Amino acid sequence: MSTVSPTLLEARAIAKHFGGVKALTDVSLSIRRGEIYGLIGPNGAGKTTFFNVLTGLYHPDGGELHFDGEKLQASAPHKAAQRGIARTFQNIRLFGNMTAIENVMVGRHVRTRAGVFGAILHDPFTKREEAAIHRRAEELLHYVGIDHRANDLAKHLSYGDQRRLEIARALATEPKLLALDEPAAGMNGTETEELRVLIEGIRADGITVLLIEHDVKLVMGLCDRVAVLDYGVKICEDIPAVVQKDPKVIEAYLGGSVA
Amino acid sequence: MTTLTLESLRHDKRAAIAATAVLGLVLAVLPFAVGNALGNSWLRIVDFALLYIMLALGLNIVVGFAGLLDMGYIAFYAVGAYLYALLASPHFGLHVPIWVIIPCGAVLAGFAGALLGAPTLRLRGDYLAIVTLGFGEIVRIFMNNLNAPVNITNGPQGISGIDPIHLGGITLAKPLTFLGFTIPSLHAYYFLFLALALLIIFVTIRLEDSRIGRAWVAIREDEIAAKACGINTRNIKLLAFTMGASFGGVAGGLFAGFQGFVSPESFNLMESVMVLCMVVLGGMGHIPGVILGGLMLTVLPEFFRHSAGPVQQAIFGKILLDPEALRMLLFGLALVLVMLYRPAGLWPSTTRRREFKGESTTDVLKEGE
Repeated sequence: MSTVSPTLLEARAIAKHFGGVKALTDVSLSIRRGEIYGLIGPNGAGKTTFFNVLTGLYHPDGGELHFDGEKLQASAPHKAAQRGIARTFQNIRLFGNMTAIENVMVGRHVRTRAGVFGAILHDPFTKREEAAIHRRAEELLHYVGIDHRANDLAKHLSYGDQRRLEIARALATEPKLLALDEPAAGMNGTETEELRVLIEGIRADGITVLLIEHDVKLVMGLCDRVAVLDYGVKICEDIPAVVQKDPKVIEAYLGGSVA
Repeated sequence: MTTLTLESLRHDKRAAIAATAVLGLVLAVLPFAVGNALGNSWLRIVDFALLYIMLALGLNIVVGFAGLLDMGYIAFYAVGAYLYALLASPHFGLHVPIWVIIPCGAVLAGFAGALLGAPTLRLRGDYLAIVTLGFGEIVRIFMNNLNAPVNITNGPQGISGIDPIHLGGITLAKPLTFLGFTIPSLHAYYFLFLALALLIIFVTIRLEDSRIGRAWVAIREDEIAAKACGINTRNIKLLAFTMGASFGGVAGGLFAGFQGFVSPESFNLMESVMVLCMVVLGGMGHIPGVILGGLMLTVLPEFFRHSAGPVQQAIFGKILLDPEALRMLLFGLALVLVMLYRPAGLWPSTTRRREFKGESTTDVLKEGE
């Protein structure tokens, strides 16, 4: 255990700009194993951009990411997933015309191996693997509490269930780091509370969680540490109680002081 | 209703066996029934329908499963057909047996598929359609012009005198005598094509319900989410192009042996559009639908061709419109009607949700309340 570094993800001076807009400027942060790390900031602060760089959807214009002791290859989303980074999307991205369970089964893709010939020949290895994929998908649906919707098309699920399904699909990739992009958006109080319990359960299972969220109460109650982005710059990183009182954070959220 | 029966068959072993037996019997008797009742020209059409079903199933992998709009699919049919024509005809004096050519055709067409797929990986929708359309035309024009400086394809004249399909000492060009039965040539082709079509159906079904098939559909549904799930979309898309193309290559080889003649003419854009229509009108991504589409779109135009003349004769006492022109008009009308009344295709996949463990749709409704 001593050889395993306590830091799971380290972002070093990540920069990303779109034309003249600097979406991220030298953002450095490190996420420790087993913590729930919150990333907050006003709209347009660059939170989702950071997510997209982290998960390989965007190529950063500067800086580098180290994950689990090794450098993370930029702009290779499937490799990020392979290394153990799973994510959900702010505007839910499910495979709408697949059933709930199939969505989760797709998540198993990266941890399974059967190829074309296996699929055609249905050899014992493929059969076993396929059965295991199905079983794991069922377990995960049960875990997030939507196993009764397993055979419904994803697009027919309710909003809250779709959020859960996305989490189940992400968990299916056996991530070390689960990145959730505004999971509580559009949820009511009860649903948010259920989500909080779910996220704590995920952490209890040993998965590190990176959380982008607008629901301040949820973030403050759930996260071990919080970083605040404003105009693409990290203005604060600390435990929630400290972040809440930071004058720069208050200014970012409520606007500059009138003085 | 048909879909419901099909679904219930999945859970009732005895009914499934009975249905398979009935279907097998129908398929076995079909060529004799068609040949005797309607004549050999209709039997030829049935043979062609089987070829088109193979093509439609191949294109369905690319368009239906992976969601990549391919407008030049017929190029792979051409590759398979020309390979057969070059390796088994007096043109080069080669007479390679079919069991070598057909697999080679599948591999070569698959390679061509990857070749098309590689530069188009970043394209989707309309843009992909244009590039693939161009690819289809390039292959056709290539075949048209590869007669100089070295005559490879014999240019627009095409290659004739292609060996009929023969296995060992048995040739399908002449009636076969088998256990005292005489099977005429067209019937023998029917059974060969049927066997390969069934093989392709089997492969497609297996692929659909696999890790690879799910990855294809995931890419179709949301490519970014598919990437985030760890799917190497580049490889999986190339695989779709390759698999789809290889089916086309098989069908092409059979076509060349069956027809005895190939020319670039047979592989024009209209053919690509036709196969695409089979997939779309049948029910994209739904294997029974695509088979139905292939069958309907081969048989319908021929039906119109055969009936347009006599019907006019009966109604007006003379032929007002050339049946050849009229059949395309009627065919177009049929397409428009299908799109209006069955926009998802004739037999779309409505029951996929119940694929696992059979939960009925009524449960879904209850949940919704």
